[in-house]
Parts: sequence; C-alpha cells; structure tokens
Amino acid sequence: MATGPFLRLPAREGAGTARAGLDSADINARRIIKTVLNRLVPMNRFLPLLMVALMLALLAMMRPAHAQDLAAALAGLADSDPRPAITALTASDDEKAKAALAALAQGNLYLRLADNAVVIGEKDGEMVVVTNAATGDIEDMARPDELQPITLSEDARALLGDAGAAAQGGGPLDFAGAVAALKADNFADKARAIDAFTVLADPRAIPVFQALADGRLFVRKSDGAVVIGNASGNDVALTDAVSQEKAGIVAPAALDVIFVNNNLRNVLREAVGRLGLASPDPAQRRAAANALLDAATPDTVALLREAFAKESNGAAKSAMALSLAAVELADADKTRRLLAIQVLSGSSDLRVRALLQARLSQESEPDVKAALDAAFDRLQFKLQLYGYAENLVQGISLGSVLLLAAVGLAITFGVMGIINMAHGEMIMLGAYSAYVTQEVFRAFLPPSWIGAYLIAALPVAFLVAAAIGIALERGVIRFLYGRPLETMLATWGISLILQQTVRAIFGAPNKEVANPEWMTGALELAGGFAITWNRIYIIIFCFAVLGLIVLILRRTSFGLHMRAVTQNRAMADVMGIPTARVDALTFGLGSGIAGMAGVALSQIGNVSPNLGTIYIVDSFLVVVFGGVGNLMGTLVGALTLGVVNKLLEPVAGAVLGKVVVLVCIILFIQKRPRGLFAAKGRSADA
Amino acid sequence: MSKFMRTMAAAGAMLGAAALGAHGAQAQDTIKVGVLHSLSGTMAISETTLKDTVLMMVDDINKKGGLLGKKVEAVVVDPASNWPLFAEKARELISKEKVSVVFGCWTSVSRKSVLPVFEELNSMLFYPVQYEGEESSKNVFYTGAAPNQQAIPAVEYLMGKDGGEVKRWVLAGTDYVYPRTTNKILEAFLKSKGVKPEDIMINYTPFGHSDWQTIVADIKKFASAGKKTAVVSTINGDANVPFYKELANAGIKASDIPVVAFSVGEEELAGIDTKNLVGHLAAWNYFQSVKNPVNDGFIKQWKTFIKNDKRVTNDPMEATYIGFKMWAQAVAQAGTTNVDAVRQAMYGQKVKAPSGFTAVMNTNHHLSKPVYIGEIRPDGQFNVVWKTKGPVKADAWSKYIPESAKLTADWTFPWVCGNCEKPKYAALAN
Repeated sequence: MATGPFLRLPAREGAGTARAGLDSADINARRIIKTVLNRLVPMNRFLPLLMVALMLALLAMMRPAHAQDLAAALAGLADSDPRPAITALTASDDEKAKAALAALAQGNLYLRLADNAVVIGEKDGEMVVVTNAATGDIEDMARPDELQPITLSEDARALLGDAGAAAQGGGPLDFAGAVAALKADNFADKARAIDAFTVLADPRAIPVFQALADGRLFVRKSDGAVVIGNASGNDVALTDAVSQEKAGIVAPAALDVIFVNNNLRNVLREAVGRLGLASPDPAQRRAAANALLDAATPDTVALLREAFAKESNGAAKSAMALSLAAVELADADKTRRLLAIQVLSGSSDLRVRALLQARLSQESEPDVKAALDAAFDRLQFKLQLYGYAENLVQGISLGSVLLLAAVGLAITFGVMGIINMAHGEMIMLGAYSAYVTQEVFRAFLPPSWIGAYLIAALPVAFLVAAAIGIALERGVIRFLYGRPLETMLATWGISLILQQTVRAIFGAPNKEVANPEWMTGALELAGGFAITWNRIYIIIFCFAVLGLIVLILRRTSFGLHMRAVTQNRAMADVMGIPTARVDALTFGLGSGIAGMAGVALSQIGNVSPNLGTIYIVDSFLVVVFGGVGNLMGTLVGALTLGVVNKLLEPVAGAVLGKVVVLVCIILFIQKRPRGLFAAKGRSADA
Repeated sequence: MSKFMRTMAAAGAMLGAAALGAHGAQAQDTIKVGVLHSLSGTMAISETTLKDTVLMMVDDINKKGGLLGKKVEAVVVDPASNWPLFAEKARELISKEKVSVVFGCWTSVSRKSVLPVFEELNSMLFYPVQYEGEESSKNVFYTGAAPNQQAIPAVEYLMGKDGGEVKRWVLAGTDYVYPRTTNKILEAFLKSKGVKPEDIMINYTPFGHSDWQTIVADIKKFASAGKKTAVVSTINGDANVPFYKELANAGIKASDIPVVAFSVGEEELAGIDTKNLVGHLAAWNYFQSVKNPVNDGFIKQWKTFIKNDKRVTNDPMEATYIGFKMWAQAVAQAGTTNVDAVRQAMYGQKVKAPSGFTAVMNTNHHLSKPVYIGEIRPDGQFNVVWKTKGPVKADAWSKYIPESAKLTADWTFPWVCGNCEKPKYAALAN
C-alpha cells in the first residue's frame, strides 16, 4: 500500500507538465492567429455582416420542433405520405427526432396497435422492448404482433439519406452480405438468412453457424459488425465473422448477442452438416456425415453420395456409408435394402436401432424382414452388453467419488478413532478454496492460464483444510480423546459453525466453479455409451490420492510414527515419539485430504455451504462398511457401494435403490460388525 | 482507541435513550412484519435471498414514511430448513411477536406445516414460490405460480412449432409433494392431448441427488427412439447443479433434448457454468432480463440494497415484491392491520409488477400473472422466447385432475370456501 503514491507521483507530474505545455502552445497559436487576422481584415468593416450571420444562426437554433411538434411529426410518419414528416424531423435538432429517424431507417419504428402511438421497438429475443418515440421513455415489452412496422416507399427512403440506404441492404448475395443478414430481428428472417448461406456453400460459414448456435455470435455495438466471440477471462476475444481474423478483445457490454431458438439451432446443425461434407478437415466431414444419419433430406442425400465417392479418409467414409445405408433402408430395390441392413447391423448407434425398428413395421418382403429382425436382435444384444459395461463404469465412477469423500475420514475416524462430524465441512472448505483460486486466476492472471487453476487449487485446499483441521484438533478434540459421544457432539457443533461462517462470508447461493476446458465433454464410446471427462479425471485422481496416502503411511517416518501411536500410544510415548504432535498432524492430514477431495467434487456438484452434509453420511457408510482402520477396506467398500448402487438404480429407481443399499448394509453390519476388512491382532481391541 | 470507542458508545447510548424518551410512545407503535425463511440448512441457499427482499421492501416503505403513519418493523426468525420448526416459529411470530402478517416458506412441505397454525390463530401468510396448486387457504395468499401459470404453458410451448413439436416426454423430479402433484397434472394433461403412455417416462430422485450418470444416460436412450423428446424438470434445490453439469458434459444439447425447468432461475444458474447449457429452458412469471421501467427500478433497488452489483433477481423475489406491495396497499385501504379487514381489501388489489404487467389478486387467493418462457443464455440470464398474451389467472384446483376439477376456491360471498363444490351460502344468496 505504501508504495502506491510513490508509483503514481511521477505519472501525475508527467501529465501535469504535458498539459501545461499544451496550454502554452495553445495560447501561442491563438496569439499568432489574432495578429494575422488583425493585419489582414479590418474588423469594423465586417461587423454588420457578422451580426446578420449571428441572427441567422440564432433563428436556425430556435427552429427545432417543440414537444407537440415532435409528436405531430412522428404521427405524420405513419401517414400515406410520410415525406413532410421526415423533412420536419430531419430539420429538428431534437435527440428524440434523430433516434426516431434512425429507428425508421433500420425498420425499428412501429405503430402500436393498442393506442396508435409511434414507438421505437428494440428486439429482445422474441419480445420487443417498446420506447415511446415522443417521450423517449422505455414503456413495456410487447409481442411483435401488437406492433405494426412503419415501412417507407422508395422516394421517402431516399429522403432519409445515407442511414436509410445502409439499412436497406440487399444487393448481390455475397458472404459479407449473408453474415450481415443474420442481424435480422426475428427468427423467421434469421432462418431465411441461414438458408441464403447454404446457396453460397462457403465453408467459412461453419464457424459462424457454430458460434450462432452457441450464442457466441455478436453484433459489435460501436460499428454494427458481426463478430464471433470467445470468452477470455472477463472479456470477450473477437474474431471478425467475415474475414475470420482476430478483432481484438472487448468487454461483454460492448456486444449484443444474436439470439436463436432451439428450432433455429436445428436448422443450423443441418446446415453445418451439409457444409461440413465439403470441409477439408476429415473429422468435420465425419461429424457431418454422422449428423445426417437420421436427418437426411433428398438434397442432402445427393450431396452425401457425391462426398462418399470422393472420400479417401477411412473413418469419414464409413460414417458416410452408414448414413447412406440409413437412407437406402427404404429403397425400392430389394437387394439395396438387404445391403443397407448388412451395413447397418455392423453399427452400434442408438439411432440405428430406432431406424431398424421403424423399418421393421413397414417392411413387407419376408426375407428382408427376417434380415431386419436378425440385424435388430444383434444390435439389441450388443447394446445390452454395452449397457452392462456402462453400469459398471458408472458404478466405479460413483465409487471413486465416495472413496474420495471417505478417504480423509478413513484416517481421522479409521486410524485415530475420532468421530469427526465436521469432516464434510473440510470437503466444503476445499471446494471453496477451489472457488477462491479460480476467482484469483480470473482476476489476476492471463486468460490462457485459467485451465491450470484446478491444479493450483489442490495444494491451496490441502493447506486450508489441514490448517483448520490442526486448529480443531489442538483447540477442541484433544481434550475429548476417549470420549466419543462428546467428540461427536463437539464436532457436529463445529460443523454448523463452519457452515454458517462460510455462508456469512460467501453468501448462501451456490458458487460457480467452472470445469476447465480439459475436463469438459465426454469420451464417446460405442452405442451411446459415454463417460464424461471430469469423472475420468476424478477416478484417476482418487487412486492417486489413495496411493499417496499408502506411500506416506508405509514409507515415511511420519507414517511410521502415526501407525505406532494408533497401535499403542503408551509404548510410542515411551519410545520418544511426540504423540501429541503426531495426533495433530494425522488429523491435519485427514482434513487436508478431505480438502483436496472438495476440489475434485466441486467439478461435479454444488459449491454451497451445505456441500459437506451431502457427503458426510456416505463417507461414514463407506468407512464402516469397509472396516474401520483399513485403507484397503475403504477402497473395496467404496467401489462395492458405487457399483451396487448403479446396478440397482436402473431396476429399482434412484430412491428405492438407495433404500435397498442401506438395508443391505445394516444387515451386513449385523453379521460382521467390524466391516469387510476387520482389523486383526492386538490393535483391534484398542 | 478502546477508550474512545467506549466514550462514543456511552454517548450513543445516551443519545439513544434521549431519543427513546422523547419518542417512546411512537417507537413502540410499529407495524410488525414476520419473515419466516430458512437462513441455515438446505433451503438457506434459496430462502436467504427472500428474507433480504422483504427487508428491502420494509426499508423502502419506511423511507416513504411508513404505513398508516407508523414505521414497519421486520421480525426475522430462522426455521433452519426444519419443517416442524416452521410451525413453531410461525406460532412464535404470531402469538409472541404479534406480527400483522408473515412473509415466508419455500418448500410445499414447510407451507403445509405452518398452515394449521395460521388457520388456528387467524393470521396471514404470503407464500411467494411456484407450487403444485390444489390448495386455497383463507389465511394464505399465494403470489407464486400455480401449475396452469407455469407447467401447462411450458408444455404447450414445447408441443408447438416454436418449441420443436415434442412428442416424447421425460418428467423428472425430486421425490416430494410439488413434483409428484405437478407431474400428475402434467401426465393427465399430456394424455388429454393424445400422448401415449409409452411416450412418457417419469423419474424421481431423492433430495440432494448428486450422481446423475444413470438418469442422464437413460434420458439419452429414451430420446433415441426417433421422436422429438423433451425433459420437464421439477428437480429442486441442490440436485440441479450436478444434474446440469452431467447434462452439459454428456453433450446433450438443447436442440436435441431441451430441458424445461420450473425450479431453476437466475439465482440457481449463478452456481453453474452455463456455456454448455445455452438453449435449455425455464418457465417463470418473471425474468431479470425482461425490460420495463418497473423492473429496471426493481433491479436497481435490489443491487443498491444488497450492495453487490453481481446479485441477480428472480421470480420468487418478484412474487415477494408483489405480495408485500399488495399487503401494504390493502392495509392502507383498510386503514388497519386487522387480518379480516386486510383480507377483504386484498381482493382485486393491483400492483404494477416488474414482469411488465399489472398483477391482480383474485378471490381464490392466487394472482393473475403473465407466463414467460426463457432460454438460458451464456451469461446465466434468460432470453425470453415466448410469453402469454396477457396475465393468466391461477387455478387453485387443476382442471386436469378429475377429482379437483369439481372444486372451486372463492373466498367472497356466496362461496367463502377454498375447496367446495357448491357455494357455502347458496341459501342466503337467493
């Protein structure tokens, strides 16, 4: 803080001198001009002339229409001959008149049917924001059918001058013109503009369409240019839609989004499909062919055949073959149909199953029908197998989430025997650490770094949660060793305090923690079987954490001390191990790991003060089920619970599935009170 | 420093005492307003904002000189997302604090919990959240949407050309009374429109459900049958964030399978990265992005009051705003805070609402409000794609469930009843 003034001082001085220099230069210039003028023109001779000019100017300034004149002139615009009204308004200096004329030129001036008032309408999605042209006040939102646009004849438009000509547009159809047409203010016109593109068959349209579908196509307010925007920190990096060159970075406020609805998105996707077939990128060609599988129209079929003949890339070719087969499934020629069935039966796409099923009810030839049947059954069987594999993978994924949530508890509860009800809040603190790290990255670091925030959040979360954990152990829990009920109550109280503190600092609503780019999307396997990247990373991360803990426990002296203290505290004390310090550090380790889990869990769920309460019950369930004091038990317990839960869910539903799992665990604990992997030997009694 | 503070505190206390001495009688004479929203626990996430909204309205009315010449004072209690505690706190507000009116509740189960208390003590509750309908209490004014003001128009929109002519429906909800009743009404409605039972998939999940892999995969499979499919979501609370995250990552685009939600607004979206959710829908009676002077003022008032430029407004906040304004107008009109008098003054009360329309209180204790359908934008706001021509009157009892279609809610003469088939005072009327 103290360096602030020192840093700023020279700058301010510099500015001061610069201004002083400017002033003196200005004065000098004026003096010179004055002397020159004085020498050239004797002032008194021109005085009467000057006065006349002044009066004329005054008159001109007084001419602007008054409020009533403005209203009358505006009403005149809706007349059959609006030319006098336009002339009157053009002469006016009133800002409102100028606004009305600009709106007229752009076709944004309307007659409100309800009261015949002339209003300026600004499209906002499907609604129109209505501004009263006479008063300049925003009045209401209206439906387009409540307004009648004021249109102009050619000669009236000519009166409007340049603004009118610019808005009229039209002209020869070129790429730039087609892009500009996307600015249309209703969905029907936008659809027409999109259609115009396909006539051009210009692959430059693909990024424009994709941006439009994603809501990333903007109109730059300063010059009305159509630009593609990509988020870049808090700003938007622009690419010109026509030249497709970088166009700088601006604040979001400087842009207007070009809106589309879901119907238009479908039109766009189909258009991208058609254009994509001619793309130089094989991946794009393949995606285009794939998109046409169940959406082919007669003219796209022709394009598809053409592309198929030219195609050299294997993957793209087979995608095209599949889409063509889907079309030929309904061919008049029987052999073609049979051939198509053969091609399709090799696929594992869910859409193919729907196609086959639909065809099955229409087919009349018995042998084709039999082939269809066989292909359908084969596909069905394959999809069923994929379904089982999918359930298994989902189960492992859920198991890894449970494991992450429970692994910290496996240390504090499993190893130390502390019933820590505030364990969930450690996870929550970790998630908030991720949020804060993300905000710091957004605010202070270049936008390209944002993907790395999650990595940076891991140590931050570990340290925050570990520090709070150690403080908790030193401040509260160590006085309660050997009194599990009191520990439980105290830690529960602490969990409420932590929740309410976080709520007071960050507010009650959820915080947004974005998935970094490398964690979005899904890994598409066959048959609609996809697993999302964030879950894959969580599975990997969870095993890495588990490995790390095993390493610490087995290979470090701290791990050795920890095991010694938990097995026989008195003996460890006698051997000179600082038991109190080991207790604090062990609790810190457990809490820190919970914090890291929080970072991972922020990627799939809420970041809210209640985050911990969601996971606390599951965590205890895993640790108790797996066997207290055994990391292996925690691992097996978590994965078993995850897989069983996911296998039950499709059969019993999410609610009943959970109930069944709970009942099973209660029965299991009755039979084996020490869980799956019971601790053996002397320490078991401790 | 501390000595200075102590002196200041003493001076302050003396000044305060002096002020109290001078205006003692006046200070005691306030109109008390109860605020019954959870400030801790699961529902704090949504309800804290409504508590702040009521405080903002109280602040506003006091700045304008109070009500009936008195200051309005808010009494805030925390029922901690604990449904039985709602009833206890309601009793405390009415009996001990002697409040004239209560603004509160979010979940239907909390409303059902306090309902007997309000009826027993003849007090007044303003309930600001969209709900399942099938209720009309003499002591409750419902300023949120009934199903015919939210669910039915949304489904009709999706059936229409603009919405993509949806033929197959997934009704996904959290397992409690609001989604179950709403889905019952929707199912009856869809069947009345000729949708076959095999084209409807109903799925319930527990509160706070966090693992959506199976359900999202199921939705994907259900949608692959070749007919245009949409998801109608009555998923509530914390479960929405993991649901939308899974949806976005699984690559389900709004143009393939649009999801229309009844419990997801600006506030909920603030916790989600919406880049991959563009085009999914929500149906409400208000969106922050609606442009009109009342809404501009409302947003500005909220941001100034909460001292945070990033906070958003949402539909339940607007419903709270309407409810508070209507109550204040009714009190001014009745000239008293007496519950029976204010209730009579409530009927036909009008408020120019931030939604851009004039909301009217009907005799069934529900509002007439417009219905908007909005698409999620990348910035977490909604882009209005459809709206009703004008305000829609709420049906307390759904037309699509046979047993409730017979019932009428009308608290004026000769009906004076919330769930009757015949007017209560039919004999007197003739």
